[in-house]
Amino acid sequence: MTGLRLTLPEASINAHLVDIAFLVICGIGGAILLLLLGLLLTFIVRYRRGTSARRGPLPEIWSREIEIGWTTATIFVAIFIFWWFVGASQPPPHNLPGQLEIHVVAKQWMWKTQHPGGAREIDSLHIPVGTPIRLVMTSQDVIHSFYVPAFRLKQDVLPTISTALEFTPTETGSFHLFCAEFCGAQHSRMTGTIVVMSESAYARWLRRQPHGDSLVREGENLYAKFGCGACHAPDSQVHAPKLAGLAGHPVLLSTGAQANADDAYLRRAILEPRADIVAGFSPIMPSYGAVADTSDVEALIAYIKSLPVEGKPR
Amino acid sequence: MNGPIPVGRPDYLRDGSTLRSWLFTTDHKRIAILFAIAITFFFFVGGAAITIVRMELVTPAGDLVSDDTYNKLFTIHGIIMVWFFLIPSIPATLGNFLLPLMIGAEDLAFPRINLLSWYLYMAGASFTLAMLVLGGVDTGWTFYTPYSTMFSNGAVLVAAGGVLISGFSSILTGVNFIATTHTLRTPGMTWFRLPLFVWAMYATSLVMVLATPVLAMTLVLVMAERWLGLPFFDPSRGGDPLLFQHLFWFYSHPAVYIMILPAMGVVSEIITCFARRRLFGYSFMVYALVAIAVIGFFVWGHHMFVSGQSAYANLVFSFLSFMVAVPSAIKVFNWTATLYRGSITFEAPMLYAFGFLGLFTIGGLTGLFLATVPIDIHVTDTYFVVAHFHYIMVGGAVSAYLGGLHYWWPKITGKRYPEAWARFAAILMFFGFNLTFFPQFVMGYLGMPRRYHVYPPEFQVYHVLSSGGAAVLGAAYLLPLAYLLVSLFTNERAGPNPWHAKGLEWQTTSPPPRLNFDRQPIVPNVPYDYHPKGGPVEREETANGDAA
Repeated sequence: MTGLRLTLPEASINAHLVDIAFLVICGIGGAILLLLLGLLLTFIVRYRRGTSARRGPLPEIWSREIEIGWTTATIFVAIFIFWWFVGASQPPPHNLPGQLEIHVVAKQWMWKTQHPGGAREIDSLHIPVGTPIRLVMTSQDVIHSFYVPAFRLKQDVLPTISTALEFTPTETGSFHLFCAEFCGAQHSRMTGTIVVMSESAYARWLRRQPHGDSLVREGENLYAKFGCGACHAPDSQVHAPKLAGLAGHPVLLSTGAQANADDAYLRRAILEPRADIVAGFSPIMPSYGAVADTSDVEALIAYIKSLPVEGKPR
Repeated sequence: MNGPIPVGRPDYLRDGSTLRSWLFTTDHKRIAILFAIAITFFFFVGGAAITIVRMELVTPAGDLVSDDTYNKLFTIHGIIMVWFFLIPSIPATLGNFLLPLMIGAEDLAFPRINLLSWYLYMAGASFTLAMLVLGGVDTGWTFYTPYSTMFSNGAVLVAAGGVLISGFSSILTGVNFIATTHTLRTPGMTWFRLPLFVWAMYATSLVMVLATPVLAMTLVLVMAERWLGLPFFDPSRGGDPLLFQHLFWFYSHPAVYIMILPAMGVVSEIITCFARRRLFGYSFMVYALVAIAVIGFFVWGHHMFVSGQSAYANLVFSFLSFMVAVPSAIKVFNWTATLYRGSITFEAPMLYAFGFLGLFTIGGLTGLFLATVPIDIHVTDTYFVVAHFHYIMVGGAVSAYLGGLHYWWPKITGKRYPEAWARFAAILMFFGFNLTFFPQFVMGYLGMPRRYHVYPPEFQVYHVLSSGGAAVLGAAYLLPLAYLLVSLFTNERAGPNPWHAKGLEWQTTSPPPRLNFDRQPIVPNVPYDYHPKGGPVEREETANGDAA
């Protein structure tokens, strides 16, 4: 048995904000609790049977005013806490310059992570301190949840659908990674380590890793393997939407609606191509859900996003 | 108080002694007893499951049971405690027994539907027992998809089937209570003369009738996906795994109010009686009950702050969750203010009511952390949440249930319980409860996830404290089982109104006759009329004629 531990490291900007909010509500809640217990004890002692305290009737109007008073006060406290935390917690800005995008695939019962350069890890994640990180996460089977208590952050990881988690680590060290959504027999063993390193240590660590293909490279290979170019290449005879420059831009659908070609759109286009038909095209593409697994789809999306308007990989 | 007891009239317990006279009874009081026996059995089954879990958690390694067994144990604990103990606890036992008595009726509006309700509960219960025999289920009581529909190897269909059937029992009880409250009130019993317990049953029944069908639909969808492969929740075939969570919490958050509203009703009866004081702010208490029941339907999304639902949905659900805290807080203030200028005594039911006040307040205040999105993101699915809802459901609902059981025990059985033992058990329970669950707030904030079979060693101190508390709590729960059963065989007659309480249920004999009252009661006055001329009327002064 190790000694009593009462604090948790604050290893991200968010962690500090959460702790402050926690302490503020502890203060408000503690004051309310003390007030109530104080009244309760006072009344219990003063009005226990047999004391000589006054026990006359209460004027009706008086009790009414008390009711209205504490109802208003309670509503005010509730709205104050809400207003205060909404103001204090700004959502992390998207696509910060220098943001490191790391792909996470969860499966029963392990975490697989992949760095932009292609380095892969299992049940651990090395990241540089002070750098904005964006985790793009999907699950291969059930719902998991990526939980790092030291960052005070948690995000469910869903099958097929991707979710993201953004943070900036502020402290070096090793921190727990837990799966927080019950996911089967070895749920409690689906844990890992987040290692926050100085930027130079991270660069050294990255150099030592066996370099697989980067995600974009891997996507390019899959693009060739699945024969995507037979229809989607600029010089193809088949009438299919062009992919270069597609990512992040609006697309007009055959229903007349407009969609934004974000990750979710691209994923759906690969797995359920007939869900959204681009205006002016026929629904001829088959689903690639049976041949491409979760990480393949991630790689294809990364490749599509890397295509500049000219049609050649960056 | 209703004149002499007609010669030879039996009370409801002596009105037939065959097994048949119990199993085919339409007497709401006997059906309440049938429910009480069944839920007591399930309370101890669910308690046994969690006892093994708490023993396992004494050490960080998984050295007592396998991971699969561990997962099945906490699932069984959850399913049984939620659907086969807490949901029916106060409504189906105390509510069934007292609702007609409190409004001066002979029975519920639909006595045979009431019996059907018990049979449906037993059918659901037998599915649950079958699930145990078939090897259990490991999904957690929440049945999250796609794990429950596509991956779990447990007896999910049987477990979900049992919950589905027991849901119909809730719906029928709810319909019955609503109809009874509308149609069978005795002359003079206007809506704003109803005891708070009746209002609480009425609000609870509305929630049961409106929310439980959504649970039924959800479970049918889960069973259809698991059994027939229909892809409602499988995202690879166009389903939506989050749809399940929306539907499930649309029922399961209001279900929390199905558990706590009746407890609020019980506590209102006990505090007024033992403080000899009218309820402070009666009409505000009624509005607060109704407000909780209504707003409770619009806060389910606070269970899904990390699920990937939109940030704007998170804010709306957060705001509504803060709003539902307001009427709960008002109720706590009113109970406290009821003590002001009272004449307070400290029998066991009052000790349970004080326990309820303290524990429910802590449970409610910790809800503020969970309504605050950034804090909830950190502590959801940790022991912080486990501690929070146990403070509400065990510290709140179970304390109130036991308080009510002691308070009405003389009415139900005609016997007195041993006061000293009961006070000891109530105090032991309070300390055991806090020792079990307070450390869970701390380890939850430090990041200990729930549903973990093995855990990092730095959390062991808290788990050892919690398991030690659980042992105390377990002993405190066994005590009433023992002394209440023993009290049945003593000769200590309770008399019609041992507490000198003012409710209609105390104006008939203990135990009451088959049709509750020998003469139809008439209600001339407001409820809780403990101090008609201003100050509280002491027990001695009201004792004339009561000790018949």
